[in-house]
Amino acid sequence: MSFPKIRVPYLLLLPGFAFLFTFFILPIINLAQTSTQTPIAGGDTGEYEQTLAFGNYIQAFVDNKEQFGRSFVYATLATIFALAIAYPLAYAIAFKSGKFKNILLVLVVAPFFTSFLLRTIAWKQILGEEGFVVPGLRSLHIIGQQTTLTSTSVAVVAGMTYNFLPFMTLPLYASLERIDPRTIEAAGDLYANGITAFRRVTVPLSLPGVVAGTLLTFIPAAGDYVNAAILGSPNTKMIGNVIESRYFKIVDYPTAAALSFTLMAAILILVTLYIRKAGTEELV
Amino acid sequence: MTKDSISARGDLRLTRITKSYGDFKAVDDLTLAIPKGSFFALLGPSGCGKTTTLRMVAGLEEPTVGSIHLGDTDITTTRPYQRPINTVFQNYALFPHLTIFENIAFGLRRRGIKDVKEQVDKVLSLVELPHLAERKPTQLSGGQQQRIALARAIVNRPALLLLDEPLGALDLKLRRQMQIELKWIQREVGLTFVHVTHDQEEAMTMADTIAVMNEGKIEQMGSPADLYDNPETAFVANFLGQSNLIKGKTDGNDGDNLVVDLYGQKISMPKKRSHAVDNSLYAGIRPEKFRISRLGTPVRGNTLTGGHIEDVSYIGVSTQYVVAMPWGQEVMVFEQNDDGVAPFDKGDEVNISWEPNFTFGLRGDEDIEAGTEVNPEELEGE
Repeated sequence: MSFPKIRVPYLLLLPGFAFLFTFFILPIINLAQTSTQTPIAGGDTGEYEQTLAFGNYIQAFVDNKEQFGRSFVYATLATIFALAIAYPLAYAIAFKSGKFKNILLVLVVAPFFTSFLLRTIAWKQILGEEGFVVPGLRSLHIIGQQTTLTSTSVAVVAGMTYNFLPFMTLPLYASLERIDPRTIEAAGDLYANGITAFRRVTVPLSLPGVVAGTLLTFIPAAGDYVNAAILGSPNTKMIGNVIESRYFKIVDYPTAAALSFTLMAAILILVTLYIRKAGTEELV
Repeated sequence: MTKDSISARGDLRLTRITKSYGDFKAVDDLTLAIPKGSFFALLGPSGCGKTTTLRMVAGLEEPTVGSIHLGDTDITTTRPYQRPINTVFQNYALFPHLTIFENIAFGLRRRGIKDVKEQVDKVLSLVELPHLAERKPTQLSGGQQQRIALARAIVNRPALLLLDEPLGALDLKLRRQMQIELKWIQREVGLTFVHVTHDQEEAMTMADTIAVMNEGKIEQMGSPADLYDNPETAFVANFLGQSNLIKGKTDGNDGDNLVVDLYGQKISMPKKRSHAVDNSLYAGIRPEKFRISRLGTPVRGNTLTGGHIEDVSYIGVSTQYVVAMPWGQEVMVFEQNDDGVAPFDKGDEVNISWEPNFTFGLRGDEDIEAGTEVNPEELEGE
């Protein structure tokens, strides 16, 4: 049996496409339909009918402005902190680790061997009264004697920074590793001192990694609800928590669906603007 | 000191430089002076220490022992960016995120030079690529990238320009063309060029002075003609072109000449061309210096008799013969095809003769195979 050559690539696409169609496209169409439904008059809880109520979107957004804003602020902060921690780490692994390179890379990925939930719960312990962080900060007078860290925005952002760190580190490492060390030598040869060479050569050449890493951190962080649920309080609710409770607790499917779509659209717009600005298509 | 180093000018002097990596000495007690304005080549097989030497001059490595001076300024430990020295890297190392213009302007901007645009434009026309200023390096061919790497270095008018196998990545035809161009540019800008290569032909074509390096030391230094006509060691004799080295011993004097006994046949050679330390020596003769004649034909100069043609290869401008000598050695002879004489055939009984002045003498305890091995890695790099 032989296929004309041109068909082979399409055949290879088929399994992936079928999977995405069944488990992504169909559910999303379903979600879109749900988002414009309203409760059936006199029906039970959770019974909705299609009325093309686009007002659901406005209502959902107006009711949850605060949580939306908080989600993007937290996600932005977590992305910035993760970048600040991951860049030196990835730089050291790429250029200074010698024979320890592979071990360090395994260590970066090692947290994935434990469940995401378990690690987040562990942070509750670390930041709790009985952990070493709070007494330590208190004795250094960085925080007041009565201040706690659990159930605060600090804990939520810290947890998010921690959980998404590998997603920032790995793309950064990949792009730093690709830099030909001779281009950095060449910068030194052309009268650039260490700092200038870093600013003018290393940083621009690692930008693709910065863009990839920040996207891989920011996008899931904006929709995250686990960190806020475990490490936060009602005052640190993010949009993910709202969607979760609308869906599973209040059984208000249309609002949950409308919020999901609004979040998706907001992320898409922000990411598009960001990529435009970073000008990744200009990069090598 | 570092403030002044950037404006240092003059001859480059390496004094008793050693660079060790653990037990391995990449460069071993090397002393070298490179006069200002010259085109100097460091020639040797891979692993001979030539690139390490270049990197120490550039400031990318620090010598374990010894000092480096530029004019009167000691630059041994000066940081690379404080040296008035620029490098054309082996793979060019252009900045992929910058345009060609910004690549060339990089050094000027770091030093706060005012008329960047004018200087970049000038050097771009020198390398004949002014139309590529706004391109990115990846959009250029290998030959164009090579010229931009050169432009990026010479635009700074350094006291010293270092070239690390600059033509290694180009194909043969382009390499020949760039050799001529580099030589022309060096004369045009009047900078000191230090060129590292394993390609003896490239070194001979371009350099005024060549230092042949082997195992971290300089074997011999001189003009291309000196090195070719009068090599002092078997390594130089074999690494630069081909040589026939015939074992013999000195057998008295004849004025300014030595009489040498080669397997019972007497020849003579100038005393000053012998580098032997005792009676035992190798007489060296380049293949193109030999003349072949039929037995019984009168010949001038030194003659060795009793050979027969073992192999003939006709290659157009010349014919290469392998002649088996009575003592079992095979010698190479290149004959120009310019005299209309019928070529010799395999099996012909012949004499070989040459001018005594073309003979060079090497120490009798030399390894006559030195410098002949072909390193497979280098062939890949061709």
